[in-house]
Amino acid sequence: MSDQNEKPKSSVAGSGSNREGFRVIGVPRRRVDGRAKVTGQTRFADDFFLPRMAHCKLLRSVHPHARIRRIDVSRAMAHPGVYLVLTGKDLPLQYGILPVSQDEQALCLDHVRHVGDPVAAVVAREELTAFEALDLIDVDYEILPTIADPEEALTTPEPRIHEYGEEGNVHKFVALEFGDVEQGFAEADEIFEDTFFYQGNTHLPIEQHASVAIKDPDGKLTIWSSTQTPHYLHRALAKVLEMPPAHIRVIATPNGGGFGGKSDPFHHEIVVAKAALLLDRPVKICLTREEVFYCHRGRHPVLMRFKTGVKKDGTITGMHLRTLIDGGAYGSYGVASTYYAGALQTTTYRIPRYRYEGCRTFSNKPPCGPKRGHGTPQPRFGQEVQLDKIAERLRIDPADLRLRIVEAPNTVTANFLRLGTVNLSECIRRVVKVSDWKTKFRRLPEGRGVGMACSAYLTGAGLPIYWNKMPHSGVQLKFDRGGGVSVFCGATEIGQGSDDVLAGIVAEVLGIDPLDVRLFTGDTDLGPVDLGSYSSRVTLMAGNAALQAADRGKALLAEAVALKLEVPKERLRFAGKRVFDSAAPDQGVSFAEAICLAEARFGTIGTVGSYTPPKSPALYKGGGVGPSPTYSYSAAVVEVEVNPVTGWIHVPKVWIAHDIGRALNPTLVRGQVEGSVYMGLGEALMEEQEFRRLPKRLSHALVHKFPSMLEYKSPTSLDMPQVVTELIEDPDPRGPFGAKEVGQGPLLPIMPAVANAVYDAVGVRIDEVPVTPEKVMKALAEKRAGREPRFGPDHFPRVNWPEALRVPPPWEGGDGNAVNDVHRGTPRAMKEKVLAP
Amino acid sequence: MMRLPLFEFRAPQTVAEAVRILDGEGPTAMPLAGGTDLLPNMKRRQQVPKTLVSLKHIQDLPRVELSDSGSRLGACVTLSEIAADPRFRNGMTALAQAASFVATPQIRNMATLGGNLCLDTRCNYYDQNYEWRKSIGFCLKKDGDICWVAPGSAKCMAVSSSDTAPALMALGARVRLVSHSGEREVPLTELYQNDGIHYIQRQPKELLTEVLLESLRGWKSTYWKLRRRGSFDFPVLSVAAAVLLSYKGIVREARIVVGSAACLPLVAAEAARSLVGRPLDQESIAQAATLAARMAKPLDNTDFDMTWRKRVTAEFVTYALRELRGDDLRGERLLLTRHSSSL
Repeated sequence: MSDQNEKPKSSVAGSGSNREGFRVIGVPRRRVDGRAKVTGQTRFADDFFLPRMAHCKLLRSVHPHARIRRIDVSRAMAHPGVYLVLTGKDLPLQYGILPVSQDEQALCLDHVRHVGDPVAAVVAREELTAFEALDLIDVDYEILPTIADPEEALTTPEPRIHEYGEEGNVHKFVALEFGDVEQGFAEADEIFEDTFFYQGNTHLPIEQHASVAIKDPDGKLTIWSSTQTPHYLHRALAKVLEMPPAHIRVIATPNGGGFGGKSDPFHHEIVVAKAALLLDRPVKICLTREEVFYCHRGRHPVLMRFKTGVKKDGTITGMHLRTLIDGGAYGSYGVASTYYAGALQTTTYRIPRYRYEGCRTFSNKPPCGPKRGHGTPQPRFGQEVQLDKIAERLRIDPADLRLRIVEAPNTVTANFLRLGTVNLSECIRRVVKVSDWKTKFRRLPEGRGVGMACSAYLTGAGLPIYWNKMPHSGVQLKFDRGGGVSVFCGATEIGQGSDDVLAGIVAEVLGIDPLDVRLFTGDTDLGPVDLGSYSSRVTLMAGNAALQAADRGKALLAEAVALKLEVPKERLRFAGKRVFDSAAPDQGVSFAEAICLAEARFGTIGTVGSYTPPKSPALYKGGGVGPSPTYSYSAAVVEVEVNPVTGWIHVPKVWIAHDIGRALNPTLVRGQVEGSVYMGLGEALMEEQEFRRLPKRLSHALVHKFPSMLEYKSPTSLDMPQVVTELIEDPDPRGPFGAKEVGQGPLLPIMPAVANAVYDAVGVRIDEVPVTPEKVMKALAEKRAGREPRFGPDHFPRVNWPEALRVPPPWEGGDGNAVNDVHRGTPRAMKEKVLAP
Repeated sequence: MMRLPLFEFRAPQTVAEAVRILDGEGPTAMPLAGGTDLLPNMKRRQQVPKTLVSLKHIQDLPRVELSDSGSRLGACVTLSEIAADPRFRNGMTALAQAASFVATPQIRNMATLGGNLCLDTRCNYYDQNYEWRKSIGFCLKKDGDICWVAPGSAKCMAVSSSDTAPALMALGARVRLVSHSGEREVPLTELYQNDGIHYIQRQPKELLTEVLLESLRGWKSTYWKLRRRGSFDFPVLSVAAAVLLSYKGIVREARIVVGSAACLPLVAAEAARSLVGRPLDQESIAQAATLAARMAKPLDNTDFDMTWRKRVTAEFVTYALRELRGDDLRGERLLLTRHSSSL
């Protein structure tokens, strides 16, 4: 049993960066890009207005599923003010974010797969003209039957939405078994089987996607775009435009929110690039909010079945998870999402035997993809709600149950994920303390309740999206004689603070002010590659690259200054914009002078740094999804008030503790935690990417229920509760100054904690997200009628699962390979095949 | 972004000039007050007037005259002004609350009382952009021939979504409609019709110039609004109630209006009558709530599940009447609306 009074670890929050001699790291600071943002001077993609600029609009399919028989653009071309009309024939090459699913076209050639699929583009002098000309394009469609959800996809193999995939309209099967799970269930005292549904939802960034492309005077292409992944966009543009990558420059403008929704290369980006090249004038597009809903790539709707065996003391003996995942109309990141839905269950609690089966199907809806937490919030919801049920049945406090089963640090899990520091226990103890959990849980009056949940998330994907052995992030530093330092890096500022991380790390190492650092980021011409702002990778990976580059620069400066001051270079300190003798601090030179000395001695001073994640022990097929240098941990307690008549839910307060490793800039870290709580409450309580199929006898329509910011309900500031954020700091040697991620992990515990709190308040289980008043009212009616007080799915359809790859876990002598992978030659060869066919 | 269609813009200085333009242009002209409803609708091509007649330069329209014997509220008084003005209290509390719950602060700064009374009816199948409506084959209210909410219905089922209309109906308001050929006064309870397209009796050539209120001395009123979030959202159910109580707490007169549950605000006359001569006790409130809730017939064309909206109606009537009785419902208000103040 845990001891609630146990002292926190020596290096947890409050230990103070100053004690370790840091002047920037750990000090709450105004972010370096804060001034531009609050004064409205940040230039987002839609802020670009260039001379002679034309405007682009996309004609999108009004049918959910159809063949294109013929497109006639002649009327649109003849419309006054129209410069250009493009169709699929102008951009026939396929692309897609993953090498295994190159299934998109910038403009559909002959097959539209959802309402909103782009069919043609009009470029005109005015945006209004382009819009009007869309109606002048005549498209002859042959209507096809539609698929609205995975159950339909499983039972309707024809017509196929795509000609590739596992079979029929199944995009991807995953079947993995780590140890004999049936044996695990045989050893259990109790078996729990629960079915959950997690509704899809979308990112809802305030900034709509926008892009401006120009043909440079020398004939090359430059595109400014609100993208999280300029490097991957660079590759897609080179492929589809059939241009040498050296002739393409992608500049990721600061994103007004991304959350994963700007991580794919998008049709509108390719279209304006093509149009700019053809017209030799700047071409701009800014999507409408409706179009952002059609780009989507948001949270997959997932039906889940959890079967978990436990001992009476709560020890897990085995877990079997099945997921049925609605992928929408395209692959996007979906193969990775399907693996992710089963990857991280083992990272929080010890699960000695684990089996995962996942199935992603296509449907005639906008494609799903990565949203904050990519693939993992759905199973985390199921796992954490089921744990709450397990704790109740075993009569163990849910916090105590979790403390008993938390996985140990530096472990290799059953599915061969190598964990770094694990401070989940400390997170749990902290939220238990600050929320006064022990006096609240099961003790609040009827209608009020508290719920707890935990989570883990990767600090950067351990493998790139396309197979290569190169670094995941690179940084170049340029030292100016005037004392300034320029940072060049492909990392993309999407509001998460990546620029500030780079500036902060460089400034700390070199003893200067972060505002003395000039940043050139997200530009494929200027900076070395960073793979992008996804998978919570930038702080650790770009941060480590920046740290290495800064250390190398510091070494050069130190050598030159040591000669000048005639002291051993090991004695030099860099602080306060000076380089000085630590034994005699008044003996020193200014930082600018140090650069001059170094430049005089070594020539122009520029250094580089790069970062490549450690090799993963997961060698089996699919083992590429889940590994990370280290994982963050979170624990949250949510309090709710539920009206027993109407089911209305109010959240007055949330407590959350996050194992951050080290907070490089605590202001930004807290912002990310609070932002995660906000987004998590939206998913928990109201957000739904819902679709409407009109009566089939009357209509063929299958449409997004309401693609607007008004009716897609996301919380406002008035709906935001008080949030108490506790940062657990135990530096992880794998992160720069010990930092781990914070951009995604703290979102994950919120949804299950809300559902668990509703149960504590009124005694009904809502095994579904979102948890709405309607569902609570229905479950309360069930309770009053003496039936199971629950709202949620009751069945999991039959799926023809393939034989699972059997990978013995480390404690059964496994080496990370499957023992029955007949398709596999060498482990390395297969991994290459999975990642880059 | 979505662009406005081209239109002719007129900016008359007087009501007479405005109604002359409306008369001359016919139904293709529309008055433009705050524009917070009309302009987004134009961007979505739900409404495509050829001429917009701006009311901004007409000096009389934002005028407010309040007195104990009766009040006149100009059509162009903004919702922010009504929400902020402490004179809109006691008898007129329902109006101030309704105004303060509309949309967002920025929208209330622009939106006008007259505009909110004339607010276009709303529906999940109609309040969509042009391409979306095209993908369902349009609907009865605009460009189509079917009501997707009720495919068997010959009439449009779009929902009255004004906050101030039910509040002012509970206060017994009348409105003045001015046209080139004359003017008329209409009780607000007679302004609306049970038809999502022809929801208002105002003729296209008429201008709603002011709201008239008789003395509200001794009256107490309140407004309760159901919406998902604490801001932005239109009501998907509302209850406005006003009572005149005797010094012993006996109901002498009562008015209850249920909003956003049909094409027009519903006057719950039977429910109101059931209260007269009785104190606002548990029994009378429960009876009135049941009677009023019986009228609500929400359909699946707004936020929230329609059966749930129906089932919580009685609860909302109860909140309103309990508050008029003097119960402290700030806690319930905070939970439901994220606003603790009942003004």
